[in-house]
Amino acid sequence: MSPPVTADEVEEATREVVRRHDPRTVPRTELFGALYDAGLAWVHHPVGLGGLGLARGLQAVVDAVVTDAGGDQMFAVNPIGYGMGAPTVVEYGSDRELVARWLRPIATGEEIWCQLFSEPGAGSDVAGLATSAVPDGEDWVVNGQKVWTTLAHVARWGMLVARTDPDVAKHRGLTYFVIDMDQPGVEVRPLRQMTGQAEFNEVYLHDARVPDTYRLGDVGAGWRVAITTLMNERSAIGGVTGRRGSGPIGEALGLWRAHPDRQTAVLRDRLARLWTRAETHRLTLARARRTATAGQPGPEGSVSKLVGAELNQDVYEFCMDLLGPDALLYDGYDLRRGDDATGGRVHADPGSTLQQRFLRSRANTIEGGTSEVMRNILGERVLGLPGEPRSDSDRPWKEVPRG
Amino acid sequence: MADAEFTVTSEQQELRTALRRFCERTHDEATVRRLMDSDDGFDRALWARLGTELGALALAVPEDLGGAGGTVVDQAVAAEELGAALVTGPLLGTVGLAVPALVAAPASGPRDALLPELAAGTRTAALVAGLFAPYDGATAAAVSAEGGVLSGVAGHVPDAAAADVLLVVADGPEGPVLALVEPGSAGVTVVGRGSLDPTRRIARVELDGAAGTVLATGDDADRALRRSFRTAGALLAAEQVGIAARLLERTVAYAGQRWQFGRPIGSFQAVKHRLADMLVGVEQARTAALHAAWAVSDPELDDPDLAVAIAQATCSEVAYRVAADAVQLHGGIGFTWEHPAHLYYKRAVADAALLGSAEEYRERIAAAVLDALPADLAVPRVAIG
Repeated sequence: MSPPVTADEVEEATREVVRRHDPRTVPRTELFGALYDAGLAWVHHPVGLGGLGLARGLQAVVDAVVTDAGGDQMFAVNPIGYGMGAPTVVEYGSDRELVARWLRPIATGEEIWCQLFSEPGAGSDVAGLATSAVPDGEDWVVNGQKVWTTLAHVARWGMLVARTDPDVAKHRGLTYFVIDMDQPGVEVRPLRQMTGQAEFNEVYLHDARVPDTYRLGDVGAGWRVAITTLMNERSAIGGVTGRRGSGPIGEALGLWRAHPDRQTAVLRDRLARLWTRAETHRLTLARARRTATAGQPGPEGSVSKLVGAELNQDVYEFCMDLLGPDALLYDGYDLRRGDDATGGRVHADPGSTLQQRFLRSRANTIEGGTSEVMRNILGERVLGLPGEPRSDSDRPWKEVPRG
Repeated sequence: MADAEFTVTSEQQELRTALRRFCERTHDEATVRRLMDSDDGFDRALWARLGTELGALALAVPEDLGGAGGTVVDQAVAAEELGAALVTGPLLGTVGLAVPALVAAPASGPRDALLPELAAGTRTAALVAGLFAPYDGATAAAVSAEGGVLSGVAGHVPDAAAADVLLVVADGPEGPVLALVEPGSAGVTVVGRGSLDPTRRIARVELDGAAGTVLATGDDADRALRRSFRTAGALLAAEQVGIAARLLERTVAYAGQRWQFGRPIGSFQAVKHRLADMLVGVEQARTAALHAAWAVSDPELDDPDLAVAIAQATCSEVAYRVAADAVQLHGGIGFTWEHPAHLYYKRAVADAALLGSAEEYRERIAAAVLDALPADLAVPRVAIG
């Protein structure tokens, strides 16, 4: 049989895989492995790397068949590896065998990935990061501290950006690596957040080692590689669409229906306004997918990330106002953290409460690029407006004031 | 197979380009200013060129009635471009309201003769009705019909002062009546009123025992009016997108050219972030307007009345907000008569009120969605302390 090309052929190929590896009876790793081997993990990847060289949009055909058959989504199992690590290693990995070695366990979910970008001193200004990587024989030796690292406590691999040259301007002194998290020089500690849980971690790097073969892109070209990861992050965060009335707005509708005693004309108008925003956001994502050309995620990812984050907050604020006094109750601030990719993540946990989700939504406009940074991106990269005057772009990194 | 929603055809792209070029050449700002001070408020010859040369006035009208046989999505592309250029002329009265009402009305001699003339742009029409609320099955106009004899006053009718023919909506003994009235005939007084939006004027229409040619009554008239208001709602939303998108473009250009404190004002985040919000608004509005046009064309896709309500609620707010922000970001020059920002701002104010306000459409949305939630809807888990 020739490889699938059309949407119908991709659908049929996926059906064949789920027929042979029934999601309801075989382990998830077996199903995902079979999808990878059939080129259905990322259909836009090259053949041999979990793909078929097809248009990115056709992945939705695969996902729909797998979901209908009762299977999980690879993205849900290994969000950072599947959504951000894979596109980055495919674009920048020069050793194809090594890339394939990384990709298959990402697809199967056997090896979770995390992203080692942010630092205590480098949040929005992530290119100002201070973690150092110094060459030592065939290896690099890494020292520094990373923060806000989702899944680091269960991750086997990390996407690391480190400073390899402090004597040049900040963007030019960075290099991108894949680091093995399973080594003595890597220490992971939970980072507790305002909900009481610890979805994130701090990662301390003490003389951690990375073989030079795990470098992605040239020495000093790490910022370009990081942009690939970040564009995929924003696209992944803002890009999840469902049916009309699904997601947080669906929770608000359910709550509204269940509390006729608390309904007022003013709240009704607020909810109608929120529903309208949620619906135009959902339809805008559908439109973006229709008009998107195959290839890298574009600026529409930044639009949807910004809109989705602010909408989430407004929807949960509405829910709290609708609940009234009950909104002020909370089922304990005990520190909890999950040990798989979904555990501990508030919005992925069906058992989390509305009050937890409300508190969690404060992070929506911070994580993956603050709304302020998103508006700068829209202003400068989409509208072409001039940048702010800067005091750091032409100076050696080590001379730029920090604090 | 029909194209999937949001597909843009090459014909639509060509139409957009052709209209943009036409407007740049024949309907620049100086033309807008000249026409808004003219007797009719628009250029009849230019209107006829839009109809005949470009075929832009009846894209969704069947070919045997003088149209292009396309869809409301095609007509929405035209409405967006004509809105962006603030084209004066009876876009709302003729193209948005009267033509769809006539297409949906039962075939008759007067209707079949009039439609090709409106499509060609050689004659114009206005719908005389209550045009400041969503259509709800009852005629909002204070005009009554006894057979073909019409009496009453409609105080705020856009595009009526210079219209060649009036399509009057009246209350009859058996529900709504749709009748054609000649403006010059006995018992008809049409008086143009000073209008906040000088590019689309309001008139007062007074009928005192005027003779009308009845085109539809009862259910037939209701069907025609429903179709008319839906189509006009989708096209007005597209016009609002055109206005907002053009203002965003102009304001971005200005923010890159205007220097204060030794740098372009667009480099200040206070300005840049407002422009980013304008962009977000334009993208959401464009989606809502397109979805409405698609749903009016193909009711299988979504409830067209709900889709139009979403579009009107969204686009009225976005176009107004973007216009207000455009004035603000232009600073002093944006408040002057010589700068065109106020012309767009006034159109945005008028468009937001026409066919009903965002609030009224949100009430429609609330009734359709919130008041009709299924009883088995999942309720989120709430902490109980």
